[in-house]
Amino acid sequence: MTKINSPEDLLRMKEEFAGRLNPVYSPDDLTAPVRIRVAMATCGIASGAREVMDYLTEELEKRSIQATVTRVGCMGYCYAEPTIEVTLPGKEPVVFGEVDIRKADQIIEKFIRLGEPVDGIIPLNYESIDK
Amino acid sequence: MTKHKQIRIALRNCGVIDPQAIGEYIARDGYQALATCLTKMTPEEVIDQIKKSGLRGRGGGGFPTGLKFEITRKSVSDQKYVVCNADEGDPGAFMDRSILEGDPHSVIEAMAICGYCIGADKGLVYIRAEYPLAIERLKIALEQAREMGLLGKNIFNTGFSFDIELRYGAGAFVCGEETALIHSMEGLRGEPTFKPPFPSVSGYLGKPTNVNNVETFANIPVIINKGAGWFSAIGTEKSKGTKVFALAGKINNVGLIEVPMGTTLREVIYEIGGGIRNGKKFKAVQTGGPSGGCLTEKHLDTPIDYDNLIAAGSMMGSGGMIVMDEDNCMVAVAKFYLDFTVDESCGKCAPCRIGNKRLYELLDKITQGKATMEDISNLKNLCTVIRDASLCGLGQTSSNPVLSTLDNFYDEYIGHVVDHKCAAGQCKALMKYVVIDENCVGCTACARNCPVNAISGEKKQVHFIHQDICIKCGACYDRCKFNAIEIQ
Repeated sequence: MTKINSPEDLLRMKEEFAGRLNPVYSPDDLTAPVRIRVAMATCGIASGAREVMDYLTEELEKRSIQATVTRVGCMGYCYAEPTIEVTLPGKEPVVFGEVDIRKADQIIEKFIRLGEPVDGIIPLNYESIDK
Repeated sequence: MTKHKQIRIALRNCGVIDPQAIGEYIARDGYQALATCLTKMTPEEVIDQIKKSGLRGRGGGGFPTGLKFEITRKSVSDQKYVVCNADEGDPGAFMDRSILEGDPHSVIEAMAICGYCIGADKGLVYIRAEYPLAIERLKIALEQAREMGLLGKNIFNTGFSFDIELRYGAGAFVCGEETALIHSMEGLRGEPTFKPPFPSVSGYLGKPTNVNNVETFANIPVIINKGAGWFSAIGTEKSKGTKVFALAGKINNVGLIEVPMGTTLREVIYEIGGGIRNGKKFKAVQTGGPSGGCLTEKHLDTPIDYDNLIAAGSMMGSGGMIVMDEDNCMVAVAKFYLDFTVDESCGKCAPCRIGNKRLYELLDKITQGKATMEDISNLKNLCTVIRDASLCGLGQTSSNPVLSTLDNFYDEYIGHVVDHKCAAGQCKALMKYVVIDENCVGCTACARNCPVNAISGEKKQVHFIHQDICIKCGACYDRCKFNAIEIQ
């Protein structure tokens, strides 16, 4: 890893990583990846998030769908673990609760492939401080 | 007016970034605040910003954070320490664990800022060994920060050096008290000592030490980046910003929430929490853990902040919030917390060690239906003695669950003592299983399943439960297919 020696280095690093974290895609771009975040705090893992994450990673590759699956911390929805957030290219993120292997399969086939809704969507309920 | 009831400041990155990738933290303004502090501000200016923000300790005490920084800064010493208290111990609380598992860099960055403010080059995180994932992610984060030069010597080429080590706790509740925590880090017994001197004057190894909670630290980078004015615009007059709560108990949407100070309990329970489970009736909400108290229907519209919760007979605490419905017996709730305190008392001072044990016995007597009115007045007296005579916060607050339930649910105590009845049907000793003669068909299912042979009756005849033998296990009640057994 490169060392950060000044605030300018930090800003450069920020821009570099920001491009990777939140890339901008048009909805028509067929090569754009789907971004999936899996809530993997202790509680999420205990209710099966690791199995879901492994399944998603493997299956998306097998089914030739461009996607990045990342581990994140607690999303706060303890009553609906495991939870995942799916962002289709150019769309707003959607959070799904109580995702098991069967539900993950539905999400891939219906939501990601066809853009059709799947049960268990948790509406956004907080203000973000990003402006 | 914002659209949602929640604002995520301390939880801003939880569930958004990969906690094991420092780049994702940097992409979301990570370490910007540290850069600003080190290159553009004097320590006094940083302290001034934190004071102006109105941030108060999120571990429960509510001490103004900026003032604590200032006191530690003014203590003269060759060595000072920054300590992060991650010894989260309240039953049902997991705010700090979630922050450390979801956004460890925010705590690291804030500890470095604190080090700059007070003049320390060493930080310690006291974390309970029961949080293996939080420890693992924190270790990875520390390693990455060191590799990038964000921890270590000469950070941002400013001459400022800072590094952090981990210290593991064995999960003793009292070690969340700062003097006990410091003793535990020194390798001594986790026992509190009398304050003053406060750790900011004489703490770890006798040196000035600034102890803050995980959530307090997580707020600091945002205050620097967005300004004290932005932060202090959120919240109430004396409590600024937001508070994270672990919402648990008989509520539909159990979860981790972050609301602005001043949000009402009603908004938390009914709007964010989605109301009481199974359409039951709300009875109480417990805040502040074993040191806190129960709030009732009449407190539902009280804006949540440090001072209002104390005025209502509870406290903010670290953020555990347990919702209870009509099926919870409040005497049993008080007994549950006392059981916890008796277990966790370090034993150093007599009021806490012996007093809480006696308090527990009195509560047990009440739930057994064997108490008298004299016991109730003894209970009250004992509570005050323990509160006034205990050495540290654990004992000084351990009677709060009893005092607040006595205040708000005196009827229930009387019900147990005078009428020998537990209205919620939770206290086994006061329950009675009886056969409803009209419904009993004499199938013998209950008698065959009773583990202590307390049920007699011939086939196709009405059965009878012998109360002197019955152990109230409920097996008969579960097995009966004819609704012929009721609980009295």
